[in-house]
Amino acid sequence: MSFNTPISKVRGLGSARNGTHHWWMQKIAAVALIPLTVWFVASIVQMTKADYFTVISWLSSPIPAILMLIYIVIAIYHLRLGLQAIVEDYIHSEGMKVGLQFSILFGCTIIAVASIFSVLKIAL
Amino acid sequence: MAEFRLPANSTVKKGKNFKAEANATNVRKFNVYRWNEDDGENPRLDTYEVDMDKCGPMVLDGLIKIKNEIDPTLTFRRSCREGVCGSCAMNVAGTNTLACTMANDEIKGDINIYPLPHMEVVKDLVTDLTHFYAQYASIKPWMQTVSPTPSGAERLQSPEDRAKLDGLYECVLCACCSTSCPSYWWNSDKYLGPAVLLQAYRWLVDSRDEHTGERLDDLEDPFRLYRCHTIMNCTNTCPKGLNPAKAIAEIKKMMVERQG
Repeated sequence: MSFNTPISKVRGLGSARNGTHHWWMQKIAAVALIPLTVWFVASIVQMTKADYFTVISWLSSPIPAILMLIYIVIAIYHLRLGLQAIVEDYIHSEGMKVGLQFSILFGCTIIAVASIFSVLKIAL
Repeated sequence: MAEFRLPANSTVKKGKNFKAEANATNVRKFNVYRWNEDDGENPRLDTYEVDMDKCGPMVLDGLIKIKNEIDPTLTFRRSCREGVCGSCAMNVAGTNTLACTMANDEIKGDINIYPLPHMEVVKDLVTDLTHFYAQYASIKPWMQTVSPTPSGAERLQSPEDRAKLDGLYECVLCACCSTSCPSYWWNSDKYLGPAVLLQAYRWLVDSRDEHTGERLDDLEDPFRLYRCHTIMNCTNTCPKGLNPAKAIAEIKKMMVERQG
């Protein structure tokens, strides 16, 4: 039984004074991903029948390698921001929420670092 | 977790059937959600056959006829019967709307009427709006200034600045938009919802208000404002034809703008 007034429940812990950065970064990343994803899909489709050495030599040349690294960083940053919002939307138990936010951050970091390492290993 | 299924005691069962008089020729069925706290039963859907030749044109006319002539236990809010008070907001034919401005002719087949979605029901079509009103109060919906009140004169506003309030001041706070919003369903404890955010924007753009920064400070929160994911149900459902989604987008633009 809680005797808190309705307005005290609404005021709660007050405004967090953030959220704008998350929202704005998600928009910027989304805009950047439009040309990058077109480039990525077009490149992969073009090489579906290419042999191993063609693909390796393509990814070793500077422009594809640089674009690929940018694509990885922005796509996974966008992924992390999106997953974070999904957890905030749907998970209401504090423990589960914190656990998932940690897992998302760690998971995305691992995917990003592993992908960057792979590109560098091929390109350098 | 968000709940995607109704709890067992909220499943809607088949209810009573109230037949029309035998000589009625133009009969339509009103299927109406019924629940009250006292009988301990699940909610049910009662069917009322209404003689449309002896009924007014709007959904609310049908409900009033049912209450007056068929079943006085049916409970709903209504007042102005012309879309100004916002009392008769309910879910009609799958969309939140005001029963008084929705014509029966606009609906195909049976007329299905439920309370506003995902709200605590008090009885039948009456939902508990206490939290919704508290959220409205929290955005301080009155003019706040630091300059002294002009002596013997009103605070002036140019016609251009006044025009910025068009599409905002018309909101009657019926809660149709907020209760149509999935984000509000899952997070209404902290998310303010489209109706209250539209009202917040109404004061943010008022040229006479001098607390814009403080208002933005109070809104800048991952939940209060940023649970809006531009789903657009609010704009789709608004019985007054307003655009809460655009008002929210304008608030987000102000948030970015003040970052420099």
